[in-house]
Amino acid sequence: MVKIKEKIYQWIFGVLAFASLFFLVGIMIVLFREALPIFKKVSLIHFLGGQYWYPTYDPPEFGIFPLILASFWVCLGAMAVCVPLGVGSALYINELASVRQKAILKPAIEILAGVPSIVYGFFGMAVMAPLLQNLFHLSIGLCLFSASLTLGIMATPTVCSIAEDALSYVPNTFREASFAVGASRWQTLTRVIIPAAGSGISTAIILGMSRAIGETMTVLMVAGGAAVIPKSLFDPVRPMTSAIAAEMGEAPMGSDHYHALFAIALILFLITFVFNIIAEIISRRFRVKLGLAG
Amino acid sequence: MKKKRDLEQFLGFGILFLCVGATLFFLAAILFFVAVKGISVINWEFLTQGPRNGMTAGGVAPAIVGTLYLTLGAILFAFPLGLACAIYLCEYSPKGWVINLIRISINNLAGVPSVVFGLFGLAVFVKYFGFGVSILSGSLTLGILSLPVIISATQEALLSVPQSLREASLAVGATKWQTIHRIVLPTAMPGILTGVILSIGRIAGETAPILFTAATFYKKGYPNSIFSEVMVLPYHIYALMTEGAHPEKQTAIAYGCSFILLCMVLLVSLAAIVIRQKQRSLAHG
Repeated sequence: MVKIKEKIYQWIFGVLAFASLFFLVGIMIVLFREALPIFKKVSLIHFLGGQYWYPTYDPPEFGIFPLILASFWVCLGAMAVCVPLGVGSALYINELASVRQKAILKPAIEILAGVPSIVYGFFGMAVMAPLLQNLFHLSIGLCLFSASLTLGIMATPTVCSIAEDALSYVPNTFREASFAVGASRWQTLTRVIIPAAGSGISTAIILGMSRAIGETMTVLMVAGGAAVIPKSLFDPVRPMTSAIAAEMGEAPMGSDHYHALFAIALILFLITFVFNIIAEIISRRFRVKLGLAG
Repeated sequence: MKKKRDLEQFLGFGILFLCVGATLFFLAAILFFVAVKGISVINWEFLTQGPRNGMTAGGVAPAIVGTLYLTLGAILFAFPLGLACAIYLCEYSPKGWVINLIRISINNLAGVPSVVFGLFGLAVFVKYFGFGVSILSGSLTLGILSLPVIISATQEALLSVPQSLREASLAVGATKWQTIHRIVLPTAMPGILTGVILSIGRIAGETAPILFTAATFYKKGYPNSIFSEVMVLPYHIYALMTEGAHPEKQTAIAYGCSFILLCMVLLVSLAAIVIRQKQRSLAHG
């Protein structure tokens, strides 16, 4: 009797444990199912490479190249902000900060990583965009530049805390050995610690990129929303996520526009999926290298 | 030679110091602006009344209540599921490939963009199951989104329970399940709760997943069933900034909403972090 009960519990937990896999596969199935009808109307090459996104015109144009480019540039711009700031802060916290500074900085960064993206979007729209507009004499403040800056600031705490984790795994013996042969603290940092934690830091950067490319509310509010190929840093753009968020409310269910938006989501999903797999592989190597793999 | 080395170190450390300074400056600037402008619009009416005069006056109480409902719903759905998953992974230690498969799917689910969850919720809960744009659809969507966070927090708490406790329990003849629910879970519970509280902060601020599954800009009164649309703080901020006819008055209200949302999220995570630090010092002391 007891044995059967035990087996039943094990089974229940075993089945529920697959919930994540179930939902992940479910998301994939739904995205494919709802996205595929659009490819009967537009070829994949036209969809990805088309220069014009006019989903509501007659006849409509479903070319998402401007959206992909916008996502790419915004993500790159955000990386230019959050990689130096995030990794630099992580190095400071891990290698230079005193115990007391560390006790304040670490939880502070962790709490700030939890600030909702809508607050960053709101800040970008209400404060940053008008400020940049005055500063650079722009016609509109909502553009690629403001979006990159806002998104970069937003991703900084995330990149910082993952990179800090990676640095804290570097064994103290590495440092001691380096000091013992007469290296300065800076030499130890740049030639021993950073190479040792390199793949952990790369994981932080890739996860930051994945987050930046999938971020919705900030770019929806700050990027300006024009679905054209940007010619300068100060052009308004419409990244993939903001196209989905802005247009899904108006797209009639089952229309071509609806299916096209699901196709964008599918491409977004595949991009972040690849990023996550790469991060997974790198971080596993990292753990093996430092002898932490179980 | 020595001099060059010292200069290099001085410059290098200076740059790192600037990085931290800039990060803290930007983040402090955001908190400062939102707090200063937000506090000035908050009063009793703002916290307890609904909006009036086409979103230009009155309060945001229905949006606060809506945020609480959605968050609660999401936790009710995700917590039992996440707990079961973590228990299976930590306590029943299945075969290697099973662990790997589940871990990879958790990591990938965590990386799915939030707007994609929104589309999934729209296609499955709103459309296929016919729940409509409702608290139920929104809670389920947010619940799936928060599952990875809850699983990893719970797993961490379970792993911190000393192995000797399990062994002692099994040695006196307790079964696996008795050990889990009388020994392991009670010991790990404070840690599990901290993790869940932290994820509450994340869920409350999410906007993209509820755009098409739960949120509405204006609804008279409070929601009366799990099938009704709901006003929610994050969506309310977005709508105030992008819709409506009185941008200036609406921006002021949006500052108020951002401040309330920020307070809810930060206080909740601060509480969790303080609890966790207390426990750690108890465990080590």
